[in-house]
Amino acid sequence: MNKLTFVAAVVSIGAVTQPAFAQSLTAAFASEPSSVDPLYHNLGPNNATRKHMFESLVGEDANLAIVPELAESWSSSDDGLTWTFKLRQGIKFHDGGDFTARDFLYTACRIPNVPNSPSSMEGFIGTAETITAPDDFTIEVTTAAPYPLLLTDFASFGVISASANGHEGPVEYVKGGCPGIEGYLDSNAYNDGSATVGTGPYKFVSFTPGESVILARNDDYWGDAPHWETITIRPITNDGARVAALLAGDVDVIEKPPVQDLERLRGDERVNVVQGPSSRVIYLHFDHEGEPSPGIEGTDGKNPMKDVRVRKAISLAINRPLIVDRIMGGLAVPARQLVPDFMRGTDPAIALEEPDLEEAKRLLAEAGYPDGFKLVIGTPNDRYINDAQIAQAVAQMLTRAGIETEVDAMTASVFFSRRNNYEFSLYLAGWGSSGAGMASPLRALVASQNKDKGLGGTNRGRYSNAELDAVIEEALSTVETETHDALLRKASNIVVDDVAILPLHFEVTPWALRAGLTMEPRADQHTVLTTVRPSN
Amino acid sequence: MLAYLIRRLSQAILVMAVMATIVFFGLYAVGNPVDLLINPEASLAEQEATIARLGLDKPVHIQFGYFLSGLVQGDLGTSFVHNRPALELILSRLPATLELAFLGILIAIVFGIPLGMIAGLRPNAPYSKLIMAGSVVGFSTPNFWQGLMLIMLFAVFLGWLPAGGRGDTVDVFGIPLSFLTLDGLGHLILPALNVAIFKMALIIRLTRAGTSEVALQDYVKYARARGLSPTRVVGVHVLKNILIPVVTVLGLETGNVIAFAVVTETVFAWPGIGKLLIDSIGLLDRPVVVAYLMLTVFLFVMINLIVDILYSILDPRVRIKGGR
Repeated sequence: MNKLTFVAAVVSIGAVTQPAFAQSLTAAFASEPSSVDPLYHNLGPNNATRKHMFESLVGEDANLAIVPELAESWSSSDDGLTWTFKLRQGIKFHDGGDFTARDFLYTACRIPNVPNSPSSMEGFIGTAETITAPDDFTIEVTTAAPYPLLLTDFASFGVISASANGHEGPVEYVKGGCPGIEGYLDSNAYNDGSATVGTGPYKFVSFTPGESVILARNDDYWGDAPHWETITIRPITNDGARVAALLAGDVDVIEKPPVQDLERLRGDERVNVVQGPSSRVIYLHFDHEGEPSPGIEGTDGKNPMKDVRVRKAISLAINRPLIVDRIMGGLAVPARQLVPDFMRGTDPAIALEEPDLEEAKRLLAEAGYPDGFKLVIGTPNDRYINDAQIAQAVAQMLTRAGIETEVDAMTASVFFSRRNNYEFSLYLAGWGSSGAGMASPLRALVASQNKDKGLGGTNRGRYSNAELDAVIEEALSTVETETHDALLRKASNIVVDDVAILPLHFEVTPWALRAGLTMEPRADQHTVLTTVRPSN
Repeated sequence: MLAYLIRRLSQAILVMAVMATIVFFGLYAVGNPVDLLINPEASLAEQEATIARLGLDKPVHIQFGYFLSGLVQGDLGTSFVHNRPALELILSRLPATLELAFLGILIAIVFGIPLGMIAGLRPNAPYSKLIMAGSVVGFSTPNFWQGLMLIMLFAVFLGWLPAGGRGDTVDVFGIPLSFLTLDGLGHLILPALNVAIFKMALIIRLTRAGTSEVALQDYVKYARARGLSPTRVVGVHVLKNILIPVVTVLGLETGNVIAFAVVTETVFAWPGIGKLLIDSIGLLDRPVVVAYLMLTVFLFVMINLIVDILYSILDPRVRIKGGR
């Protein structure tokens, strides 16, 4: 091949690979879904991917408020034990089949029975004692005790088609095993597309692990027709490669652009950066139990974190606005409560705290540590936006207050294992709340660990406060919205007063798009491409 | 010969066994996969159920026992994340890596050998010095940086080639191949170049050293004196005699690329086994990581075994020495 034809060939290859902008959209995700089976793995990228194909009984809008989806309306009985859902009529599955109550029952049957599920969705259906369908478009759910978070739970999983899963005829839901259903398809039947039949705006085309998920527009969709004819989701885990793919025009949307590149991307006329508040709080968790506590020196074996004055001192020593400004580049909102104020359960009366170094030192002295002590903060360095840098800043602020602090930063897989073994007396982590609002972090992070009640699942600081537990449990069994929210506010006040946990800030999530495109940021940080539109 | 073969084989099996042990316990020490697999919203009871289902609640020696008994039967376990046998998962990604490796090596040969010969035949010409300087840059700059530079130049600034991914593929006997389509080839060029640069630099230096040595040998002078054309002298008499070290190194490097194209595959989002390894390490998908490492060890043990056997056939002294 002579030189000229070689160049010509290269150029023509380039021309072929330029995406046809008009009708197809390519997005780069930072992590890959492990399957397109909507019920297989309760994980961020899986849930984001499934939202294109599978819909829930009720949906969550961009701010995670509950909105109608497959169900048009719903109501709960006065005793709070029975929920009735009226389904939207005329919805078709991608294979042309009608969506009816039977499909929801089948979904509920499959959830606890997905073969080899690494993280089951069972919790989302476990509170329901009975689920029945009085007619094709009505669903009745009863619970053993009043349960206000049922809607949030039902918004968390996609509804699959009974027929596409090989089940004809009626379905009877019985907790612990549905009669008449022998076995359930495993995730491989979804990954090859044979069972990937939903009601959503996009239909499954192909899934090549490591490479792409390709979806095509569902022209029979009941809701607003999405703009793009086909959508390709590509996993590009490397931050630099993701940005390069966007700049090269290979992809139209990328999630999680690295913060250090944002300034440059904003200044680039080929790129449009969109950002929005998320429900993810970055917090510090204290070891409330260990004595001596790991990583603490100079206290004669006592655990200073058990003293509320020390916790208050730590809170006062940390300058949150400074972290938001200098380290997060504005991509955060300072926090004192566990969920941002657009979600339910926050108390607007709780103000942000002014940092006060002198007061912090005074409290430390009062608690018996006039000379401070030595402390090690544990943090992941690849999980949250600038996680290790935030910990570094916190360490410097604490050192100024007299607590000589070191940072122990590590990759997420090591960090979470060590944290769950209680190897840190203070650690940095994050929590993305669901539409349940304040109830989500309350029951997982600060309620006393209690396996039978399903509380304290991520309370790796082992905080335990009987008064708070009582309020949380009451809130979790109060369906009436006003009272439920009032109880959440009460609990939030207890958490703040006792510094049970130390919220630093809420992440603001950025997305970078090709110029001329815009999208709606979601508080759950899911990249949902149906909202990507030309901006004019 | 048979005794030698048996001894070498049992050595190979011993190496595999030692590696299996190291790999298993090394991974066990890294962390608990459940902490990453399971959604933190899950209650403690659900977390425990998952731990039990994956068999991670058992003491480490029992888990090791399961692993060993599976290994002996050729079962390397099932991926925690993907719900597929680990070996099948790796094999499904292998074609992409092989394609990358072989095209990379091919580029390295096609450009490396002629450039090295030019530099060897005219060591003092300015272009030869340029080639040598280029080769120093080629193997002294980090691989990932070269990859990013290739992307910046050819994908971002010039816009000629895509920045990553695999592009269209064609199934040949059920194996997806991308070098048979124009789009696929376009996607393949940059990562293959990234693989090729270091090898090319290596080949240039090897070829140059060989050429400058061989060019002074009597048989080359004699060939010239016989009046053979310069092309024939260089293309046949010189080339043939410098190829032995080049082929040896290429063999080793090919194994290296297949097993450890991790950096290139990550930078170019190339869906081969290297990227699978990195993703699996990130998710602590133990069966996949173990299977990958065992496969790699197996590959190298087999290459070495074959090399040793070939040596012993070619040179009986190896056998006799070893027999003492």
